[in-house]
Amino acid sequence: MFYRENGQFKTTYRSDQQIFPIRQDRIFISLLLIVAFVAVPLLASDYFLKAILIPFLILALAAIGLNILVGYCGQISLGTGAFMAVGAYAAWNVGVRMPAVPLVAQILIGGCFATVVGVIFGIPSLRIRGLYLAVATLAAQFFVDWAFLRIPFFTNHSSSGSVSVPALSILGVSLQTAGAKYLFVLCFVVVFALLAKNLVRSAIGREWMAIRDMDVAASVIGIRPMYAKLSAFAVSSFIVGVAGALWGFLHLGSWEPLAFDLNRSFQLLFMVIIGGLGSIVGSFYGAAFIVLVPVLLNHIPSWFGIPIAVDTATHIEQMIFGALIVFFLIAEPHGLARLWSIGKEKLRIWPFPH
Amino acid sequence: MDRKNLKACVAGLLAMASLTILSTPAVADEQFIPLLAYRTGSFAPLGIPWADGKMDYLKLVNARGGVNGVKITYEECETAYATDRGVECYERLKGHAPTGASAYDPQSTGITFAVSDKAPGDKEPIMTVGYGLSQSTDGSVFPWNFPLLGTYWTAADIMIQDIAKKEGGVDKLKGKKIALVYHDSPYGKEPIPLLQALSKKDGFELLLYPVPAPGVEQKSTWLQIRQAKPNYVLLWSAGIMTPTALREAQASGYPRDKMYGIWWAGSEGDVKDLGAVAKGYNVITIANSVAKDKVHDELKAKVYDKGEGADTAGNTVGTLAHTRGMIISMLTVEAIRTAQEKFGKGKSLTPEQVRWGLEHLNLTQDRLNEIGFGEIMRPVKTSCTNHTGDDWARIVTWDGGKFQLTSDWYRSDKSVVEPLVKEAAAKYAKDKNITPVKCED
Repeated sequence: MFYRENGQFKTTYRSDQQIFPIRQDRIFISLLLIVAFVAVPLLASDYFLKAILIPFLILALAAIGLNILVGYCGQISLGTGAFMAVGAYAAWNVGVRMPAVPLVAQILIGGCFATVVGVIFGIPSLRIRGLYLAVATLAAQFFVDWAFLRIPFFTNHSSSGSVSVPALSILGVSLQTAGAKYLFVLCFVVVFALLAKNLVRSAIGREWMAIRDMDVAASVIGIRPMYAKLSAFAVSSFIVGVAGALWGFLHLGSWEPLAFDLNRSFQLLFMVIIGGLGSIVGSFYGAAFIVLVPVLLNHIPSWFGIPIAVDTATHIEQMIFGALIVFFLIAEPHGLARLWSIGKEKLRIWPFPH
Repeated sequence: MDRKNLKACVAGLLAMASLTILSTPAVADEQFIPLLAYRTGSFAPLGIPWADGKMDYLKLVNARGGVNGVKITYEECETAYATDRGVECYERLKGHAPTGASAYDPQSTGITFAVSDKAPGDKEPIMTVGYGLSQSTDGSVFPWNFPLLGTYWTAADIMIQDIAKKEGGVDKLKGKKIALVYHDSPYGKEPIPLLQALSKKDGFELLLYPVPAPGVEQKSTWLQIRQAKPNYVLLWSAGIMTPTALREAQASGYPRDKMYGIWWAGSEGDVKDLGAVAKGYNVITIANSVAKDKVHDELKAKVYDKGEGADTAGNTVGTLAHTRGMIISMLTVEAIRTAQEKFGKGKSLTPEQVRWGLEHLNLTQDRLNEIGFGEIMRPVKTSCTNHTGDDWARIVTWDGGKFQLTSDWYRSDKSVVEPLVKEAAAKYAKDKNITPVKCED
């Protein structure tokens, strides 16, 4: 009733091709951004910002990166944790060895190193597909874990093998408060989400999708598989590397390779699958589901004043969480993003469905 | 960015705001202690008795009437040994009513590193009894960290002292081979700098054998040990890695009485199922945590006989791991008591005030006897320059059925440990742009 595009005529190609063709969507997104940039830092508690929103945003960014590779280009990767680690450690090394480099540049350089590693481990994708490729990217995970544990250069010869970032500041403004950290992360996520959305709508995005749907047919119509696949690996691992640097710098502050282990790769893959393969918005849903649901489940007993031991609560949390994943995958194999678009379609013809 | 996301955020925000207001009425004379624990995951065998010990002692303090009438409240938070979950727990409990979280015992080296970064900004003391960053003994660089009763460096030094004693003198160590089999993580790597310094000083050869987490795969490690034939093996393991190492040692014919485990690798839970296989296995204890003291009887009478004990199975009370947990809670409570003497008896204290108490802790033998720890511990006194206090420790040996005391009290050699602490702390301060505080003592 309210959500319909009657009367919104598109008279130019430009307006026909914009990201949000419906006016209500545009208004809504502007409001959402205002809330995220203004209302949330003012109103949300320290705990909510630091323990929930910041991890959610960073993992959503990593999920966007992985979604480009898995959802858009069809190359399964189990090395996401490794690429995050490369981003984090590279950014940290730049900061330690060249303290003059500003924070944003450190993080982006971290992303560049992740790109290089991502492309190297993406080379096998030219020959192998599917599960075999997943196993090949698994090698990236083990190699990177090993490298950061055993090669002292990467941790600047830290005796414990754990690294820790100095106090962060950007243009002289200290990034110590939860609000400042949140805004910093939010800026990164918004910019990268917009970039990613535009990339997948562009020629290169269509090449990726063609490769995903059928690589032989794609190469017949003139798409170079090597270029398309490696560019997907490059873009994906760049975004994932930036997310890794943010995770290390802004969320943990101090970390060891365990923070980016195989479980992190699986977690991100689950996010992408649950959120929706081949959907930028789905990455946010997936991250929200994986980050928020366990915390929420963990809080429920105490909210209702049920005296329940923490270990029992954790076990119950894991069971419910597992059951929810299975349920969602059965109810909607295309992920939460698909549920959302179905909802939108229904809303358009409400209250008079066919 | 989208609509559903926003709704979730706003709803979550409102729900959380309203519920925190509802669920935490401000009561004046209460003191909150956060309990980070891991009762699930691969370290659970170590984490469960530890967490039970911490909680049991707090129950006992409340049964005794609290700290000068102030009731101790506590809440457990499950970290599963994962850093990100630990950080979430830290943030969740930080602002707990009425006056915030007294002091954290993160129970994990990784979580300690992550929260140590946040602690100065939040003004939260971090207690790491027997673990954490070894250089955090230097309170001028680490005002908020308290590695009370010992660090991995003091432990490694004491183990070498005991080995030297067995060999008949420090000069006999020359030319000997000592292997370190360690969990490949910051936890396991922590003793390496000290052992390297000692190997240079005493002339023994140090062999390093990392074992990838969680430590169930050690075949190749023990084959290498069989070839290298080290005179002694130091074991820096945790959880499932300990029994695996002992079994592999048996399989490769390495004598268990030449093995020394760090305290986290040495509780009854680690060796009980092995029985005679682990016979001879030596373990360093924090203070004398193998002892049974009056506090155990009191705990039984005032908590367990009323059916309020944390350990529902009832078989870990009195084990090393459980006693260690009690020691940690006892130190927290005594710090609160010390701080109350300065900031007002019978009042709730802020974490910053508790930090003062941790830094001015002075547990005399009389006081230890009074609270039932006279046998378990020796007097401890902390200061601004020394956040560890005294690192007394003993060696116990598994006889197939229980741990037997096999050494007198040891303390670390200050001439070895202190220069390393100073050096590492100075490096940390430089890396992190920290200006050390001036210590008056």
